Amino acid sequence: MLGHRLSAAAAAAIAIVLAASTAAAHAFLDHASPAVGSTVPGAPSAVTMWFTQQLEPAFTTATVTDAGGKSVASGAAQVDPKDPTELRVPLKPLPPGTYSVSWHALSVDTHTTEGHFTFAVAGR
Amino acid sequence: MHRDWCRGLAAAAAAALLPGAEAAAHGFAGDRFFPATILTDDPFVASEMSLPTVTLNPTQSDGSRELDLGSDLSMAITPKWDFTIGSDWAHIRSPGLPVVTGGTGLTTGTQYQLFINAPHEAMALAGLDVTWRNTGNLAAGAPDFTTMSPTIDFGKGFGDLPAALSWLRPFALTGNIAVDFPVQTKTNGTLNPNDVFYGFAVEYSIPYLQSEVKDIGLGTPFNRMIPLVEFALTSPFNRGYAGTTTGTVQPGMIWAGQYFQVGAEMIIPTNSLSGHGIGGVVQLHFYLDDLFPHGIGRPITQW
Repeated sequence: MLGHRLSAAAAAAIAIVLAASTAAAHAFLDHASPAVGSTVPGAPSAVTMWFTQQLEPAFTTATVTDAGGKSVASGAAQVDPKDPTELRVPLKPLPPGTYSVSWHALSVDTHTTEGHFTFAVAGR
Repeated sequence: MHRDWCRGLAAAAAAALLPGAEAAAHGFAGDRFFPATILTDDPFVASEMSLPTVTLNPTQSDGSRELDLGSDLSMAITPKWDFTIGSDWAHIRSPGLPVVTGGTGLTTGTQYQLFINAPHEAMALAGLDVTWRNTGNLAAGAPDFTTMSPTIDFGKGFGDLPAALSWLRPFALTGNIAVDFPVQTKTNGTLNPNDVFYGFAVEYSIPYLQSEVKDIGLGTPFNRMIPLVEFALTSPFNRGYAGTTTGTVQPGMIWAGQYFQVGAEMIIPTNSLSGHGIGGVVQLHFYLDDLFPHGIGRPITQW
């Protein structure tokens, strides 16, 4: 009886996964360059973020600001057309300091997620 | 303000242009993702399903030991309102007695999201659960009386702590408090007390650590793990049962993927009334809103 119940539960769980072959989930930040919370020796030319899902370019944004809250982006955030999981923000030349990244992503299943992190550029 | 307005416009445009409307993903309050905890109720409305939850309870004072096989389904009616249904099947071995098996009763519920505060990673809901009489085997623990249980569930992430405490920002607390009101105070000569149930879960999110605070380089599968400790106590407070509090402490781990999560916890009784020895629970939990974003995972209406 117990074995039959467990088998039925396992079969139902497998059926759910098989039925969901077209699933697409919300986008988590997988990793970034510069890395989250890191200190880099030189000014990066861009902040690049990789997500766990493909992004909708029209509704995905990111900003990079200095300690005073002023934008240091040299252009708009762009989703890479060849790799829609990648979001890139080009940067102006950055002096040493701490910078904040704020992103808002809409994944292809229309779920929204957002996040914030910092990185630092070391002084000479 | 301007940025918020632009986001609102983008959301409206997405709702119009994309196959499904833009929606907050399940269990999110701002940057915080709350996993579905095993012992304590989740503080968010969602379409999700636990199948199965397998629980080997600690040995009871009479020497009996119970294995439960459970399932729960939650379906969002609107983005802020859902309906739940759940049931357990029990297999009880007692010394010198035949094995008892059967359902432990059907529970249904409805929940309304009171608020989600993104900047402070906070959320709460109010709900009403009903455990129905005579919907299982009385010998397996199914009740012969219906119980109504209003509940408040909450969640709070600590991502708003100052930068000096950044390593504490991945912590989060969820919890719930409920009061049981049996519809009949006495059935078959037995008094049915009112109970207060209170439970908490303390979590440390590795995904939050690596995406918000410091990428420490943990890869798959460790980058999706959330160690936690859950506590739950049930305290009857009348009809001769006052002072008979029972409860468990459950340290464990949840691995939260994109479409499902897997959780495992030890079960440690808090006192002799709650049993002795160690038990355990494992759960497979599906995010139906991610598995079927344009089907049964969507709220029925967007009101």
